[in-house]
Amino acid sequence: MDKSALIFDFEPAKDNMLNILHRLQNNNPNNYITTEDLKFVAEYLNTTYSTVYGVAKYYSMFSLKPRGEYIIRICKSPVCNMISGKSMIEVIENMLEIKMGGTTSDMLFTLEPSECLGHCAQAPVMMINNKMYTDLNEDKIIEILEEIRNNNSTQ
Amino acid sequence: MIKEQKIALLNAGKYNPERIDEYIAMGGYNKVKKALQENPLDIIELLIDAKLRGRGGAGFPTGLKNKFTNESVCERCVQKYIVCNADEGEPGTFKDRVIMEQDPHVLIEGLIIAAFAIGATKGYIYVRGEYTTSIQKLRVALKQAKEKGFLGKDILHSGFDFELEIKLGAGSYLCGEELTLLESLEGKRGYPRIKPPFPAEKGLFGMPTLINNVETFAHLPYIIEHGAEHYKSMGTEKSPGTKIFTISGDVNKPGYYEATMGVTLRHLIDDLAGGMKDNKKFKAALLGGAAGTFVDETVLDTPMGFDTLKEKGAVLGSGAIIVMSEERSVFDMTCSILEFFKHESCGKCVPCRIGTAQLMILMDQAKENSSKKAQILDQLLYEADYMAKNSLCPLGQSPILPIKSLKQYFQHQF
Repeated sequence: MDKSALIFDFEPAKDNMLNILHRLQNNNPNNYITTEDLKFVAEYLNTTYSTVYGVAKYYSMFSLKPRGEYIIRICKSPVCNMISGKSMIEVIENMLEIKMGGTTSDMLFTLEPSECLGHCAQAPVMMINNKMYTDLNEDKIIEILEEIRNNNSTQ
Repeated sequence: MIKEQKIALLNAGKYNPERIDEYIAMGGYNKVKKALQENPLDIIELLIDAKLRGRGGAGFPTGLKNKFTNESVCERCVQKYIVCNADEGEPGTFKDRVIMEQDPHVLIEGLIIAAFAIGATKGYIYVRGEYTTSIQKLRVALKQAKEKGFLGKDILHSGFDFELEIKLGAGSYLCGEELTLLESLEGKRGYPRIKPPFPAEKGLFGMPTLINNVETFAHLPYIIEHGAEHYKSMGTEKSPGTKIFTISGDVNKPGYYEATMGVTLRHLIDDLAGGMKDNKKFKAALLGGAAGTFVDETVLDTPMGFDTLKEKGAVLGSGAIIVMSEERSVFDMTCSILEFFKHESCGKCVPCRIGTAQLMILMDQAKENSSKKAQILDQLLYEADYMAKNSLCPLGQSPILPIKSLKQYFQHQF
């Protein structure tokens, strides 16, 4: 899709940078911001490539590398940690055979750490793309990930 | 047995947040109508009189902040801004999310009232990027409020113009700090600014800016409707009104509860949160999140207010309460907190960048050599104190809070 059509509703003002980067990333099938995107944003906002790169690199929700279709953000805040967060990370790492920050070879999942996701009353929690999963345990995580995997293999 | 008392969450759950008509039918936006007929200075006086204090954690008098921003003048100040800090990221805190998801209109109403009071015609709600549901609800609410003429030009024929926009964060805890938030809002990396100048003087794009937390704005419509005296009849003398407490950890019913300021931790845990889970014994509570303080059972009956807790060496902060039973380790919790600070330090200033890493090194040493723990706790305190005195922003100034309280209450369990 044409990039300018994608961000037509944003004025070319620098304060729209984060919103624009979000939009471009969300519309990329691999959930990341490409070098072309960065160049395009720099030109659109009349700023330098390095400025845009610096912003995109700073914020943990942005990625400059291709990621999986499903981004798993596991909450590693003190509350989730206390209630069992760390072992949840191991469950996912073992099941998907990736390490924190990694992407599965079929480009389906990327596992990322996240700070407090604001659902501490239902800890431990994780987010997969825009969906929140709460009160996690080992079985529940395996079930959720398997379901996503199965839905994608039948398509 | 205490009960919940609601101001910020008064309408939450009582209407469909995607249907403004339901909100209006409940008397919604009447407070905006009322406020727009008043003198802006009277609204500010009302907020000062009500002794409303910022609900984001610092507890600064909101009325005074309004007054400073209203009075702020400079030659090139062509525009005043209002900013809502919805970058909720303090561990254990989820009150703003509940307001935005269930009652976005009370927030919009509060923002219009505050904007009118200070003379701002442009406002932003800065929401953290992970709060996808909040963002979606706010977008719908803003669109509907605009269609009904509560936002835009000449609101309700008062002659007052006000535009409101949503801006997204992208995963930086530090951007919840007000000056860093303004940098991020301008489309930059989330690096803190040197303070002063304060936002009231030089905020967004260098213009006078009022920045408040979601919960603070949500109190404004209520104060406009019921007046200062009624508001002050709730809570404590120095911290009137109500507060949303988000209780997590080892209780039977973790969740969000709004109660009057001055409620005790014991009442919150026993009456509202259903008591300790599995009848285990209470060991500690972490008040205010990572940038908060540990307390033990001696604080269970202390009224929860900004000043009353301060006397006990504790903080109210954002209202987060992480309850820990006898089986939990304060040492592990401290590790978790310090790891968090290390990860979130932006690296702009040296005391915080090196300090947060240094604190973790000390914790690792304590793990390996438990006989030296007492000595290491003193070292932690020394480092954190140095950071508090020399760091640029509240992040580097925060580790002293949990560490100092640890020394005060749990020296022997560290």
